[in-house]
Amino acid sequence: METMTPAVAVVGAGPAGLTAAAELARLVDGEVLVLERERVPGGIPRHSDHTGYGLRDLRRVMTGPGYARLLHRRAERAGARILTEATVTRVSDGRELEVTTPSGLVRVEPHALVLATGARERPRPARLITGDRGAGIYTTGHLQNLVHLHHGRPGKRAVIVGAELVSWSAVLTLREAGCRTVLMTTSQPVPESYAAFHLPGRALLRVPVATGTRLVSVEGDAGRVSAVVVEQVGTGRRRRVECDTVVLTGDWIPDHELARGTGLDLDPRSRGPVVDTALRTSRPGVFAAGNLIHPVDTADIAALDGRHVAAAVQRWLGDERMGEVAFDIEVDAPLRWVAPSVVRRGDPPPARGRLLLWTDTLVRSPVVRVHQAGRPLARRRLPWPASPGRVFRVPWSLLARARPDAGPVRLSLAR
Amino acid sequence: MRIHDVAVIGAGVVGCAVARELAAYELDVALVEARDDVGDATSKANTAILHTGFDAAPGTLESRLVPRGYALLSRYAGETGIAVEPTGAVLVAWDDDQLAALPGLRDKAVANGYHAAELVGPDFVYGTVPALGPGALGGMTVPGESIIDPWSTTLAFAYDALARGVGLRLGTRVEAVESGPEFTVLRTSRGDIAARWVVNAAGLGADVIDGHFGHRRFTVTARRGELIVFDTAARPLAPKIVLPVPTSRGKGVLISPTVFGNVMLGPTSEDLPDRTDTSTSEAGIASLLEKGRRIMPSLLEEEITTSYAGLRAATEHGDYVVDVDAGKRYACLGGIRSTGLTASMSIAEHLRDLLDTAGLPLKPRAGLPPPVRVPVLGEASARPYQNDELIRRDAEYGRIVCFCEKVTRGEVRDAFAAPIPPRDLNGLRRRTRATLGRCQGFFCGAEVGRLFDEATGTGD
Ligand SMILES: Cc1cc2nc3c(=O)[nH]c(=O)nc-3n(C[C@H](O)[C@H](O)[C@H](O)COP(=O)(O)OP(=O)(O)OC[C@H]3O[C@@H](n4cnc5c(N)ncnc54)[C@H](O)[C@@H]3O)c2cc1C
Ligand SMILES: Cc1cc2nc3c(=O)[nH]c(=O)nc-3n(C[C@H](O)[C@H](O)[C@H](O)COP(=O)(O)OP(=O)(O)OC[C@H]3O[C@@H](n4cnc5c(N)ncnc54)[C@H](O)[C@@H]3O)c2cc1C
Repeated sequence: METMTPAVAVVGAGPAGLTAAAELARLVDGEVLVLERERVPGGIPRHSDHTGYGLRDLRRVMTGPGYARLLHRRAERAGARILTEATVTRVSDGRELEVTTPSGLVRVEPHALVLATGARERPRPARLITGDRGAGIYTTGHLQNLVHLHHGRPGKRAVIVGAELVSWSAVLTLREAGCRTVLMTTSQPVPESYAAFHLPGRALLRVPVATGTRLVSVEGDAGRVSAVVVEQVGTGRRRRVECDTVVLTGDWIPDHELARGTGLDLDPRSRGPVVDTALRTSRPGVFAAGNLIHPVDTADIAALDGRHVAAAVQRWLGDERMGEVAFDIEVDAPLRWVAPSVVRRGDPPPARGRLLLWTDTLVRSPVVRVHQAGRPLARRRLPWPASPGRVFRVPWSLLARARPDAGPVRLSLAR
Repeated sequence: MRIHDVAVIGAGVVGCAVARELAAYELDVALVEARDDVGDATSKANTAILHTGFDAAPGTLESRLVPRGYALLSRYAGETGIAVEPTGAVLVAWDDDQLAALPGLRDKAVANGYHAAELVGPDFVYGTVPALGPGALGGMTVPGESIIDPWSTTLAFAYDALARGVGLRLGTRVEAVESGPEFTVLRTSRGDIAARWVVNAAGLGADVIDGHFGHRRFTVTARRGELIVFDTAARPLAPKIVLPVPTSRGKGVLISPTVFGNVMLGPTSEDLPDRTDTSTSEAGIASLLEKGRRIMPSLLEEEITTSYAGLRAATEHGDYVVDVDAGKRYACLGGIRSTGLTASMSIAEHLRDLLDTAGLPLKPRAGLPPPVRVPVLGEASARPYQNDELIRRDAEYGRIVCFCEKVTRGEVRDAFAAPIPPRDLNGLRRRTRATLGRCQGFFCGAEVGRLFDEATGTGD
């Protein structure tokens, strides 16, 4: 078996991994090796064939595939080595990787490891949608792979589960493939996607959105979906909607198999690895970035994580002395998770000076309250909503008065 | 018209085992299956346990054939590479009724010739399966209970049968039967098939075929069993099969590891009017989750990978209905309800002996080909993606297409080159595990679909 000993190994060539690699290749002596299991680098944007990528990291707006190519080129130009068709199948209890490639098994022994394996949408069984089995049921990832990378065809009439940003991305993909979206369903009382996108989206695409509903079951005919049953959550009233395609959007789970397998501390609520503001995991020399730690944010934020983690990796390779944990950050319902959730003495603020949070219910004009051991630290009304289906950002400055060793800091929302 | 010596109706695990067995003799055997693949009905959707037979009703045919089948299939699995893991099982008692039932179950095991079962206290139970929920009062160990790959079992029988000269007729439904003095004509959806002897291994359709031969011995009721499959990350929670203790108040559900590294919760038990209804139900899934939460609360925190339903061919009899009508040269294998995977080879052996007695000439075939080797699908041995030497010889085994289940392009290619190639994506799944994992196609669904279209020349 071949052995490689790069300075840094990055697992995953999505926006987070490629940006980290481009940055690291400039910052560190020695090889920066990116391992990507797909044949083409770029992660999810490869098959997300619409505009809306690159805003915050590249200060321009481009399509997903264009963005993927650009990030790939930049990483290579910076000198990173990108190995495709290289699937990391195991991380040792240190930092060593087992990798399957077409030329054989490879063992990678890096000085530092960055996990940037992304997130995926929960499939039908995990959502407990019962009924018949049958072709025509997709997640958005599957659908976009099918349409944009393989030029395959879904059906003619689709029902979409979810009404967040990614759900509208599915509408666009379906439309391009000649499939009409007859209904979007969401359990939320209001659609959860960006208002800016949502309003023209609705007007332009003319898709009815059934709020406060859930998809109960699927009916099939001759091996293909023929209808779904949708229930109004409050009243229990049910109706049947004929369709030949169902797209399950959102409901993200990090692709945490490696992180979990190697025994990193995981956040039980996001299910991604616990990280500090420098994006260190619970194991020295192992870092995490992108949607693996915040399922799910936009690609530019994942990319900026990559930039942020690169600086931390550089410090680690330069024999930094890592500070002790000063405090943990916790959240109260309806907030579900926060990332990063550990703060160490002497560390920089988180990427972009923001904490990333997830909410389970809509709070239009949220007042964020910060407490430490029962002591109020801050209270601020934010000008943006806390909205399910997308990350809620809280400025780091709200934690300015938090003290080391004074217990966990809690964030909650007052209405 | 060609007249076969034997026609076997139904290519489930039982029909395939029978065809393989009979083809070990100088017989011209046809295997006739309504569906487009072997093992596409009940044999694909079960709990995949290789049973010791400790809890069979003593004195029944089933109680004899299950232990014999266990021995035969264990050996055959070793020869062919079918994944088997001898995990053992523990029955767990959650209330006084169940606790009180354990000694009786041990006596029953002994009556069935199974002597290894032992009554154990709660400490032992929790020591064996620490993830069990609170409240277990005691249990009984059944060290022999094992788990097996059910898909490769049926396929191995079918491949062996083909290698021994059996003619497989897929997509061929038997619709009527015409008995004659010398041979029987099966009227099928694809023309007539004539055979001197006919074996009915039609599973859920066995009573209908029996009727075509003028018998009214039993009615098949589809008894649905729903199952939930949890992510491989859950596997450490279930080092053994956790069985319920059956009492007069009903049978609970089990938690079992699978050879693919998942954990299964189920099955339910519910009689259905429709023999083709393999849908899952809200009530069924909800009841499984409720029971599972009690048995192993931490399992419910894990991700659900898939759920499915299988249909047991239940009859009004408490036993297999195995009978040979020598006059009509017709054999019936009915009511093979919930142990047929385990007993497949012993049912075949038993049937061979009955046919022998009934006058079917059995002359061993000379120069039988060696047993096939099936692809490595179980987690207990090194899979192709972990085999450096193999990948260096053939790079296709180093190209993973299904990331969750770690299925390589080489394995997908091999599936299409096998004696019975898959006819649809489900067939490919059973042969390779592709798209069966946690993402259910998010990453690889389109690529696997493309490989399928490419190999079969379908799609656009
Ligand atoms: C349908 C859809 C539409 C979207 N639209 C937009 C949009 O308009 N604008 C926007 O900004 N964002 C959008 N997003 C979000 C954006 O795609 C993600 O935020 C971004 O891709 C996250 O980047 P990442 O690097 O964290 O992960 P990913 O892009 O998921 O990349 C992870 C990479 O890791 C690889 N990998 C995983 N495990 C292994 C392993 N074991 N070995 C080797 N490689 C591995 C994967 O193959 C993948 O290439 C959209 C997402 C979806 C699903
Ligand atoms: C939920 C569940 C859990 C189970 N768990 C276990 C277990 O853990 N261990 C175990 O040993 N067993 C288990 N079983 C039982 C086992 O799965 C069955 O006993 C076994 O699969 C029966 O095989 P078969 O070949 O008789 O039936 P099938 O697999 O149903 O095959 C019958 C075949 O006959 C074909 N057919 C029917 N009518 C016609 C016709 N007219 N013309 C042509 N073809 C026809 C059908 O298409 C089908 O392919 C379980 C069953 C269920 C449902």
